[in-house]
Amino acid sequence: MKDFAALFNAIDQNTKTTVKTNALTAYFQTAPKRDRLWTIALFSGRRPKRAVTTTRLREWAAEMADIPLWLFEESYPIVGDLAETIALVLPEAQTTSDIELTQWINDLRGLAQVEEPARKAFVRNAWQVLGGTERFVFNKLITGGFRMGVSQKLMTRALAKATDKPEAELAHRLMGNWHPDQTSWDALINAEDPMADASRPYPFYLCHSLEGEPARLGATPEWAAEWKWDGIRGQLILRDGQYFVWSRGEELMTDRFPELARAVDFLPPGTVLDGELLVWQAGAETPSSFNALQKRIGRKTVPKKLLAEAPVVLQAYDLLEWEGQDIRTHPFAARRTLLEQACGLLPDDAPVKLAPALPFDTWDALAAHRSAARAAQAEGVMVKRTDSPYLVGRKKGDWWKWKLDPLTIDAVMIYAQAGHGRRANLFTDFTFAVWNGNDLVPFTKAYSGLTDAEFREITAWVRKNTLQRFGPVRQVTPHHVFEIAFEGIQASPRHKSGVALRFPRMSRWRQDKPLQEANTLDDLNEMLRIYG
Amino acid sequence: MAHTPVLSFTDHGIYCAAGDFYIDPWRPVARALITHGHADHARWGHGSYLATHQALPVIQHRLGEIACQGISYGEVLRIGTAEVSFHPAGHVPGSAQIKVVVEGEIWVASGDYKIEDDGLSDPFEPQKCHHFITESTFGLPVFRWRPQDAVADDLNNWWRKCAGEGKTAFLGAYSLGKAQRLLRMLDPGIGPILTHGAVEATNAVLRGQGIDLPTTVQLTKDTDPKANKGALVLAPPSALGSAWAKRFGPGESAFASGWMQLRGVRRRRAGDRGFVISDHADWPGLLSAIRETGAENIYVTHGYTDVFSRYLTENGWRAEVVPTEFGGEDAEGEAS
Repeated sequence: MKDFAALFNAIDQNTKTTVKTNALTAYFQTAPKRDRLWTIALFSGRRPKRAVTTTRLREWAAEMADIPLWLFEESYPIVGDLAETIALVLPEAQTTSDIELTQWINDLRGLAQVEEPARKAFVRNAWQVLGGTERFVFNKLITGGFRMGVSQKLMTRALAKATDKPEAELAHRLMGNWHPDQTSWDALINAEDPMADASRPYPFYLCHSLEGEPARLGATPEWAAEWKWDGIRGQLILRDGQYFVWSRGEELMTDRFPELARAVDFLPPGTVLDGELLVWQAGAETPSSFNALQKRIGRKTVPKKLLAEAPVVLQAYDLLEWEGQDIRTHPFAARRTLLEQACGLLPDDAPVKLAPALPFDTWDALAAHRSAARAAQAEGVMVKRTDSPYLVGRKKGDWWKWKLDPLTIDAVMIYAQAGHGRRANLFTDFTFAVWNGNDLVPFTKAYSGLTDAEFREITAWVRKNTLQRFGPVRQVTPHHVFEIAFEGIQASPRHKSGVALRFPRMSRWRQDKPLQEANTLDDLNEMLRIYG
Repeated sequence: MAHTPVLSFTDHGIYCAAGDFYIDPWRPVARALITHGHADHARWGHGSYLATHQALPVIQHRLGEIACQGISYGEVLRIGTAEVSFHPAGHVPGSAQIKVVVEGEIWVASGDYKIEDDGLSDPFEPQKCHHFITESTFGLPVFRWRPQDAVADDLNNWWRKCAGEGKTAFLGAYSLGKAQRLLRMLDPGIGPILTHGAVEATNAVLRGQGIDLPTTVQLTKDTDPKANKGALVLAPPSALGSAWAKRFGPGESAFASGWMQLRGVRRRRAGDRGFVISDHADWPGLLSAIRETGAENIYVTHGYTDVFSRYLTENGWRAEVVPTEFGGEDAEGEAS
């Protein structure tokens, strides 16, 4: 584990991307191939199955540190990371170990087959022979969530440098359903045909937000537009008579959307579509709200009743593979023409729909479409350059989302909770309320939108103005008013306020606004009536 | 019979009725006994100040014209019916625990303290007492410091590596105490040490009272980066990353603080490196200090007060949290 821990330190102890990339490149050139493979897996979110519950880990760590469990639990939110908390409370390691990363991972996975006393003995022994970063990394292998300042993009770049292959090709090779047990470094990185795996998706192309007016994009004929849907992005793969559905987070969601199985009846094999998954009732003009889709996302398998209540369709807006050929380098307009041929004439009951193009001659005409977005259950419009290829990742210039301005409401902060990871020990998670007579009714939480400096300022204030503590949550003096921005509002019987917001965040700290002038529950209900 | 406690906790600060004085008061009072010169303990506006001879120069430097009196470590002074003495707290040069004895009952207000000998301050001397007032800045078991020598090796290796790569090493640290401690840990053989004005001003005061520090050059707008290849720049954290740093070309930044123990804080401060070095006691240090006083009554001030006092209570002490306006729970500030 020493090499991997050294890599971790090299990456963690520097803020510069070039230094991180170089450290990773060197590791990909020199580490044992099994370890390289696992490193790619870990950094792309493929972690070994958890062999020990975090409850047991906490108990064993407190016991070995000779502290009461409550003291461990109090320390955890301050540190903001379970693996790190354990690493810090335990006594210094007594010896060292030369066991490498892959062996540790395999041993950890073997724990699933043994009884609890043997698991405990294994973990305690590991804690005794692993010190510092090695111990932290070991804990991370158990608890998962290996986020350490290495994006997939950065890792792909380092791999490209280490192997002399193009980044885009490697990004494609790393997609999909592979696992270190079923492949090898050579098979993953060097094998001739990356398409050999029928389920392998293409890396998604992501857009940037358009700030300001679209006129600066240039002449309108160079651009095409469509709705910016409020669903989840999905890639539908039809190959070898099978179908696969991937999320943007590279999660295979095929089983969650059985209605898409029928796509193989309508579209030929060797077709890959990029589009938006939406709940859409038969005959409806617009899709249902994101709330309806949420019920589906949460389920690994779908009961018949839900399938009937919330049927899902794919609004297809791009074609990445046609007749078995990767056509991502073709211009958007050409891909769109093929897409229209493929999907334009599908019957009404097909689970795939052609996402309509929004015609416009002038930017004003596009602005008119955008202002109708809420009625179309869309978040705004997408603007795409007609001659653009389908790129990998978030690249500026060719694809823009031009969203509606969010709805806003002024609310009072009433609870605060510390964040995790980079935000540990800083109050960043707040609960907000609106007035109902003389009472403050909580209606949403929000975590983002403030600068680090503002979070520091509010943190100092929270510490001085705590009324009561409920575990990690602090009730604070009602005093500060924040403008909360959100994308949508729905009735929700589960919430005390009766509403649920979509994407709430703090858009402004209204230090100019007195407490009494925050909005009311009536204001919120009025918004529900208009936009719900 | 209930009697007035030797020390009580008021909205102005820790008060001794027998001697009619305050210890580290946060609002203006007639007579203040000061444990050390950090801004949250030595405040402006008191009628008179009493501090150790070693602490006074910095306090005077910071507060200007004040009515003050110096006292030696261990010297006993009678104020009213109280006997008062100052004892090394090991926090920064001149820092003291203040012992107050009234009719045989002994109280110690420890201000800020650490147990490890930093080679700069007079090392902490435990005082037997009945009532002990302790800080709890790092009163959680996740805070355990490595020995200073080990951290010094890391620090010098980092600087050496930066110098070897043609980079300037920027080190952020609080200008009173921490900066001078780091100066004594650094290996001046690696390269020149440049200091920010705030650090250098404190250096001058401490050198003036006979504290030996390595050669430093104060950074000015005329400092030539090219003439200072492989330099380490020591500055308050707030001054790092400002425009003047850019003149030095490629560089790496680091912070030296106990908070650097936490990866989240380290990442948030956006430095490259964090060196865990604190002038406050770590968890084992707090516990050993309290044990050595033999005190049964512990008053927990700034820091993780609730947690620390609960732990003490469960382990047989009579512990309570007392509210103060000292720096406290602050991972964002510069001290600690």
